[in-house]
Amino acid sequence: MPVLRIPTPLRVYTGGQSDVTVSGVTVSAALADLTARHPDIRPHIMKDDGELRAYVNLFRGEENVANLQGLQTPLAEDDRLRIIPSIAGG
Amino acid sequence: MLPELSHEEILRYSRHLLIPEVGLEGQRKLKASSVLVIGTGGLGSPVDLYLAAAGVGRIGLVDYDVVDTTNLQRQVIHGTSTVGKLKVDSARARMLDLNPDIQVDTYNEPFTSENAMRIAKDYDVIVDGTDNFPTRYLTNDVSVFLGKPNVYGSIYRFEGQASVFYAKEGPCYRCLFPEPPPPGLVPSCAEGGVLGVLPGTIGTIQATEAIKLLLGIGTTLVGRLLIYDALDMTIESVRLRKNPNCRVCGPNADIHELIDYEAFCGVPGHDHESGSAGAGWDIDARQLAELLTEPNPPLLLDVREPHELEISRLPKEVNIPLGSLASRLPELDSARDMVVFCKGGTRSARALELLVSAGFKKVKNLKGGINAWAKEVDPKMPVY
Repeated sequence: MPVLRIPTPLRVYTGGQSDVTVSGVTVSAALADLTARHPDIRPHIMKDDGELRAYVNLFRGEENVANLQGLQTPLAEDDRLRIIPSIAGG
Repeated sequence: MLPELSHEEILRYSRHLLIPEVGLEGQRKLKASSVLVIGTGGLGSPVDLYLAAAGVGRIGLVDYDVVDTTNLQRQVIHGTSTVGKLKVDSARARMLDLNPDIQVDTYNEPFTSENAMRIAKDYDVIVDGTDNFPTRYLTNDVSVFLGKPNVYGSIYRFEGQASVFYAKEGPCYRCLFPEPPPPGLVPSCAEGGVLGVLPGTIGTIQATEAIKLLLGIGTTLVGRLLIYDALDMTIESVRLRKNPNCRVCGPNADIHELIDYEAFCGVPGHDHESGSAGAGWDIDARQLAELLTEPNPPLLLDVREPHELEISRLPKEVNIPLGSLASRLPELDSARDMVVFCKGGTRSARALELLVSAGFKKVKNLKGGINAWAKEVDPKMPVY
């Protein structure tokens, strides 16, 4: 099943887990699975209408899903998803 | 005409001159070039040191802060002997000790919309080593407007990012992050901490990229974001593309001059805890000490992470970390007076907002956090 990489600032909402295995054949389904299991993360990555928030970048492999088919981007069994967080420390 | 190298410089840069990609001409290019480094902190430290050592002819440093003891766990350009001194002066002295043949120009002022274009216009490359969102957006926009590459690095706990944002050749910072996260979502290093060696790794990558850009060699991080995880020891990269809707570098850009970045991000342009929840919501440490001697003292709600309690704690406190407060509200009695606190007052101010929006009325924020308590009430308690 696809694995979703959770960035450090959001791990407080996944019980500290950095990699979450998700089920679903699209990005949308995978996010639904993630937020069903970790409901606290939902408002931090999605708006009420289910769209990704503007400061959240989701990548499938090396490519931003915004440059693919957005939330309808298909997922294969061995795909890796990754949320790129906006961090500012220096 | 590139400047000549003296015999002393040829000896100093011997190991560069041996590399065909640098050579004598490359070293002369470095001598003729200039880099502006925004921030003289965790990222700025290795960037400044390595650019100085490499012989970049003119290096500008922008910072308005003074060296603090809590900086020294990662800001290796400074030292115990420079605590209390201006960061730009501390860094400049160390850089000129490493390499007296370079010029170091210092700007002891915050980098703002008012001075940024004036400061940055005469440099070839800009390095973003700041610690806050407003200055990152400002640094990006200045770089786009001046047509200069912005060598980006950012860190949090064990995780780092690096890229080269260069709108002439690829995406800019806003192409990836059109909007900042809402205030409070992403903790700063002052609140959340950072592994001291992490900015060393990311900063040296930034210095590498700056030198490659100046020399015009290799493949830079333009169009790629490097993601480093020190805990797993992985380095991965993702592809970045120009965002057609980018408001500063897209075809329909509508931002053509610098804006108010603190208003845009909703946070101040520095990573210092104000420690306040705003007028009327704060209580100071001495007032709290008096309240605790009365018959019905307030509940002390500590919203720090459990491992921070090993450093310091208040008697009879209740610990609910900020991240789980929303789901644990039923454990709290809204009829009882309550004082919320954390390390410095930032997380507790957010906890207070959450409590008030959930209907709690008798809540106060301990201004300056438990560190203020340690300084003002209990000198035996450590400050961290």
